[in-house]
Amino acid sequence: MSFLLTCPNCGEREVTDFAYGGEVVVRPSAKPSERELNSYNYFRRNAAGVQREWWYHRSGCRSWFLADRDTTSNEVHWVGLPGR
Amino acid sequence: MSRLPPGRGERIDRERPVAFSFDGKRVAAFEGDTIGSALHASGRRVLSRSFKYHRPRGLLCCAGQCPNCLVEVDGWPGVRACTEPVREGMRVAHMNASPSLRFDLMRGTDLFGSRLTPPGFYYKTLIRPRRLWPLYEKILRHAAGLGRLPRRQAEREWRTEYRRRHADVLVLGGGVAGMAAALRAAELGADVVLVDDGPELGGDLLAGEGAESARELAARVRAAGVEVLAPAAALGFFDGIVAVWCQSTLHQIRAGHHVAATGSIEQPLMFEGNDLPGVMLCSGAQRLASLYGVRPGKAALVATVADRGLEAALALHEAGVEVVGIADTRSSGADEELSARIAQERIPLLRGSAVVRAFGRRQVKGAVVAELDEAGRPIADSERGINCDLVAVSGGTVPATSLLLQAGAKARWNEAGGAYLPEGVPPGVHAAGAVAGHESRDRAEISGAAAGAEAALELELGDERDRARLQLERESLSPESEPATQLVPAAAGSANGRHEKCFACLCEDVTTDDISFSIDEGFDSLELLKRYTTVTMGPCQGRMCQLPSIRQMAADTGAAVGEVGLTTARPPWSTVPMGALAGRPFEPAKRSAVHGRHQELGGNVLWAGDWRRPYDYGDPEGETMAVHEGAGLIDVSTLGKLIVRGPQAGAFLNHLYPNRFDNLKPGRIRYGVLGDDAGRITDDGTVCRLDEQSFYVTTTSSGADAVESWFAWWLAEWEMETHLTDVSQGLAAFNLAGPRSREILSALSDLDCSNDSFAYLDGKRAHVAGVPCLLLRIGFVGELGYELHCPGALAEHLWDAILDAGEAHAIRPFGLEPQRVLRLQKLHILVGQDTDAESNPLEAAMPWIVKFDKDEDFIGRWALESVNERGPENKLVGFTISDGVVPTEGAAVVADGKPVGRVTSSRFSPRLKRTIGMAWVPAGLAEDGATITLADGGRRLGAEVQIAPFYDPDQERLRG
Repeated sequence: MSFLLTCPNCGEREVTDFAYGGEVVVRPSAKPSERELNSYNYFRRNAAGVQREWWYHRSGCRSWFLADRDTTSNEVHWVGLPGR
Repeated sequence: MSRLPPGRGERIDRERPVAFSFDGKRVAAFEGDTIGSALHASGRRVLSRSFKYHRPRGLLCCAGQCPNCLVEVDGWPGVRACTEPVREGMRVAHMNASPSLRFDLMRGTDLFGSRLTPPGFYYKTLIRPRRLWPLYEKILRHAAGLGRLPRRQAEREWRTEYRRRHADVLVLGGGVAGMAAALRAAELGADVVLVDDGPELGGDLLAGEGAESARELAARVRAAGVEVLAPAAALGFFDGIVAVWCQSTLHQIRAGHHVAATGSIEQPLMFEGNDLPGVMLCSGAQRLASLYGVRPGKAALVATVADRGLEAALALHEAGVEVVGIADTRSSGADEELSARIAQERIPLLRGSAVVRAFGRRQVKGAVVAELDEAGRPIADSERGINCDLVAVSGGTVPATSLLLQAGAKARWNEAGGAYLPEGVPPGVHAAGAVAGHESRDRAEISGAAAGAEAALELELGDERDRARLQLERESLSPESEPATQLVPAAAGSANGRHEKCFACLCEDVTTDDISFSIDEGFDSLELLKRYTTVTMGPCQGRMCQLPSIRQMAADTGAAVGEVGLTTARPPWSTVPMGALAGRPFEPAKRSAVHGRHQELGGNVLWAGDWRRPYDYGDPEGETMAVHEGAGLIDVSTLGKLIVRGPQAGAFLNHLYPNRFDNLKPGRIRYGVLGDDAGRITDDGTVCRLDEQSFYVTTTSSGADAVESWFAWWLAEWEMETHLTDVSQGLAAFNLAGPRSREILSALSDLDCSNDSFAYLDGKRAHVAGVPCLLLRIGFVGELGYELHCPGALAEHLWDAILDAGEAHAIRPFGLEPQRVLRLQKLHILVGQDTDAESNPLEAAMPWIVKFDKDEDFIGRWALESVNERGPENKLVGFTISDGVVPTEGAAVVADGKPVGRVTSSRFSPRLKRTIGMAWVPAGLAEDGATITLADGGRRLGAEVQIAPFYDPDQERLRG
């Protein structure tokens, strides 16, 4: 895997600068059933296409941010800090 | 010496002799020679022995493409003699022949054993009787492979580097097309990198009349600011990065645009004995003559399927090589001007003829030529022998499409060009020169310039005039008049005499008969054939064998060559040392601020994760006892240290940890264990509340980075008014522990260290020996103790001061090993040692830490609630063994002969005079006094479960 990723703080960098945090999963807001908890903990959509995911700029500003990446082409359509 | 008179384009400097050795014998050469050219000049024709049959092999391509000249240079195997420049004193040796290159015992496999070694012989010849396979395997292992790696290598002798290079345009190939592309793109303002595999830019131009213009063009390329990497091997396309191996650096080049100008590769011809030394590609013979002034042979027979061979014959003739004849498979259609010149020079031109056999024992002595019938089959009674010591062959050319195909292009058979040409080249990639079907010098140059212009214009460089110029160039590249279809005999053999081998694949010694045989066995698609026979899988990666094997398959199956297809192009396109891919031997180590002191004190420094830490200072038992009886000092700077600050800092920690932190009073400390939403333990440490809004959090040494990232992630998710600062690198930390530690601390600071004012789990700021410290009264090792955190720059002073002040109290520095024994006595867990990816705090002997009555949600709450409802299955407990035997960590706990748990820690305690440990056991066995059985290797040990800490269970010493 090799592509460029734009950190919202630092700018464009090699993807090896970053750590991948996986697709964005919403944590249950209230106590989930066992099945819901297990699917939150262990199941992922693993989309073939664009998905929103977490990235951590480990070798840079050490911030977490969100990216919309096409998993089939590694094209990144959008990056941004959470909550903005 | 068989040198020709000096030529205009030659690369050697005849004024500067160089000498090296080959198999111990001195070889004279000139500066600019390659090992191969110098050996050929010295009269040596055999440079190697082949992979399977150990047949003698000599120079074929002289361009670093075939496997025929692999030698060992100064202990490094697998070096191509034909491209490796000579250096004074270098030691060159042959590979794959024993006892000598001249007399190789394994040649027997060729002379007598080839019936036993058909394709797939591992599973045919050597399968019965089955019990002998281990023996066969041993023999095969010994026989397989080329060359020998040095058994030992000095550490860090082999240095490789990675380099990242971002460029506008990457040009692959430094022939005329590649140079034109690089030049044009650079002139239009692009940042261009040009990669070429030769020692000198120029490609095919160098070996002919174009040498001077090639050098002139190369000078312009450099002057235009193009970065030239040569000699360099482009290994492949990897997701937008092209890996290029040049000298000792693996360049990872990411370019906006790629120009593939990888040229074409001349193909050998299939006839009996086509691997004999002295059978050489036309281009190889030309290179020897024009670049190195070496006479490729005394009497040359040229065998060709196209005009290229006629040109080569004339070039050899002009260079002073006697050409005794040209066998051209075409009966008509040769270029008229070339034919006229050949007639003028009185070179016999045999139209409609092909070489059917080359003969000679160790090198070519002559060849048999036969006329071909209309279907391209040799006519038996037309055979005639011709004496020669060089058969220069040209079986047409194939475009070197591999890199383009890796980039995403498709190969389609082009009937007019007689080759698989790239189609559907992806956006951002441009093909130029011979690889795109533009063979002639002029067309190659124009197509190169056009590709460079296209790349630059797509990068929004250049203007309308450049666009117009590109349009003109494109128009001038309209298809050439169709060349006559080449008639290539698939595999010609002589009808007379004994049948001899004809090699389709020189790397792996696959004959045309092997291919026919495999097709008969049912391996009738190219990909299957490749895997079964290993054709195209050797060092040449199909450069010399892909077209011959396709032609043979077409002939055998009756399919058209264009229907057979190509095998998938995969990296690496060029051979590369494994070390290049492994990168440099890079082992970063972290050292604490007082690392020098550990060395001076004789610390037994070993790896602990990324850290270098003293395991002990030579006397682990004595160091343990010092902590119990007097005082000890251990460097714990490796701990992760975070400051969590802000109005919501307490609430944030409450969300992360299963226990409470918002109610922690400033100046107080609480132990915390971190987990995830599956309830599993990920890390642990202490949290000290510094003031209303600030917390000082320590983590395990190995978990420091992960915890910082974990905290930062939840901060991003929850968007709480909290700020995180990682101070792990800036602060050093020491644990001063033992009954006398209070006196030592009192001597070094004004702090009131009495138990009333500085109680267990208090945190205070104070100056110790003048150094500002955060002091945490905690007890990981189980005795009265203080953890001192201070700026790293002042740490050495503090360390020295504590040891000085402690001298009167018998203080000793102690290492990791004594600390492990001390903490085990207290049943303090080590995350990762006593826990694994399945452990939760309820089972890991810490149910008290999970506060289900907390109001707010916390990470792991739901999973822990269900563990709590179900009840724990296993528990982490202490155990003792009285007779002094120490079980191995990882030994199984068994019940009824089945493993039900495991030992996670075990040590002999010098203080308690018995073996203590921790183990996971079924919950039913987790009670004081229960007996468990440990299976440790072959032995069985009885142990007694203990729930309470082994040492100071009532915490009198700790809190005293």
